[in-house]
Amino acid sequence: MNFTNFGRYLLLLKAVFRKPEKFKIYLKAIFKQMDFIGVGSMGLIAIISTFIGAVMTLQIAFQLVSDFIPKTIIGSVNRDSSILELSPTITAIVLAGKIGSAISSEIGTMRVSEQIDALEIMGINSPGYLILPKILAGITMVPLLVIMSMFLSITGGYLGGTLSGAVTPAEYLEGITTDFNPYTIVVALVKAFVFGFIITSVPAYEGFYVKGGALEVAQASTRAVVVSCISILACDYIVTQLLL
Amino acid sequence: MIEIKDINKSFGDNEVLKGISGNFEAGVTNLIIGGSGSGKTTLLKCMIGLHHPEQGTVEYDGREFTSMNFEEKIEIRKEIGMLFQGSALFDSMTVEENIMFPLNMFTEQSTAEKRERVNFCLDRVNLEGKNKLFPAELSGGMKKRVGIARAIAMNPKYLFVDEPNSGLDPKTSIVIDELIKEITEEYNTTTIVVTHDMNSVMGIGDYILFLHEGKKFWEGSNKEIAHTDIEELNDFVFASRFMKAAKGKF
Repeated sequence: MNFTNFGRYLLLLKAVFRKPEKFKIYLKAIFKQMDFIGVGSMGLIAIISTFIGAVMTLQIAFQLVSDFIPKTIIGSVNRDSSILELSPTITAIVLAGKIGSAISSEIGTMRVSEQIDALEIMGINSPGYLILPKILAGITMVPLLVIMSMFLSITGGYLGGTLSGAVTPAEYLEGITTDFNPYTIVVALVKAFVFGFIITSVPAYEGFYVKGGALEVAQASTRAVVVSCISILACDYIVTQLLL
Repeated sequence: MIEIKDINKSFGDNEVLKGISGNFEAGVTNLIIGGSGSGKTTLLKCMIGLHHPEQGTVEYDGREFTSMNFEEKIEIRKEIGMLFQGSALFDSMTVEENIMFPLNMFTEQSTAEKRERVNFCLDRVNLEGKNKLFPAELSGGMKKRVGIARAIAMNPKYLFVDEPNSGLDPKTSIVIDELIKEITEEYNTTTIVVTHDMNSVMGIGDYILFLHEGKKFWEGSNKEIAHTDIEELNDFVFASRFMKAAKGKF
């Protein structure tokens, strides 16, 4: 995103947060988006998180070659990595692909088929009506998905570690309960909130300003995923630097 | 009544509209005609605020539109109905939901009242009973009629129609044209139709504004259009073999 685009993005956000015409209709749209973003992504996030947790346990165990390091460390490393980095970031990147491309192509298609013009002519604030429910659903559902991902990643680590014999159940459970710092959850949720905003607002911006036809909608969709992923990684660094 | 004065619009170095002025009266079908690229749709978009003219004014019954702020424009737009070239129906909504959409947004009517209004609008465009169909299940002509039903749902004072006959067979085109004319006269709307269809011009053109290369070349009625000496207009009106053959009969 260059400076011109960033300026247009901010102006679009200003229009998005104008007072809704009718709150009841927006509320209905928010619940619909929460279902799409949250409930619709649970299965995918569950599978990815469980496997990442399991694989991570095996890799940590593989790297622990010293007998002086207790195996309980496998659980605690898995826990902190999952909570602080893997669950928020992997969840966000997966959602940027799944949700971001859907948002961008939906709004882009509405733009090229004049449906957005139709909203404007009716006197409806089209950025607000189309984008606000998506952003509100994103910033509420992505943190919930990240919480789910944390639990499943740690559970996956338990399953992967114990089934392969890399760690005993007792060692793993001791590891994940020792020296737990609840602040890491706060950091993860702040990240999830920011990522939820990016995953919904960036693709919406890309779709909203599409010009042309099917090819341009597809290009905007690709651009939306790429820009979202880069923005997620950049914000991940900034939030981590600020909060840790 | 809508009055436009000295509208100028450019895209980069391309000057699309050059000082267009005109008066569009209520209760008559006003047509903006011209060849492809003559600036018809751009003029329409300037009038409804989708494009911002560099110069000139658009007045809706004396209310200057171009200098209004966002909230003021929204109030004017609540009085506007528009049929788009591609109908612009919301894909994810049924016919009923499409027509009910502006009612949901801007009225406090009960569901029964809104449904009654939807059925009235559908009856008006001869699509009774099609409430539960999705746009993908409709033919081109039916989509246009649903577009008209949605446009009149809020009893608009101003009706804009962009290329109503594009992609339609001649018989359906006449049905759409006559529907537009009937609605205009019945509700006394200020109707502006952008078209290059000569059947529409001869059939419903009470007032016609002819654009050529971004300039207003001629204005008048469908009774006068066949009897002018303007070369550019004659080239446009009598471009087809059928119109050439019929020239002396108008």
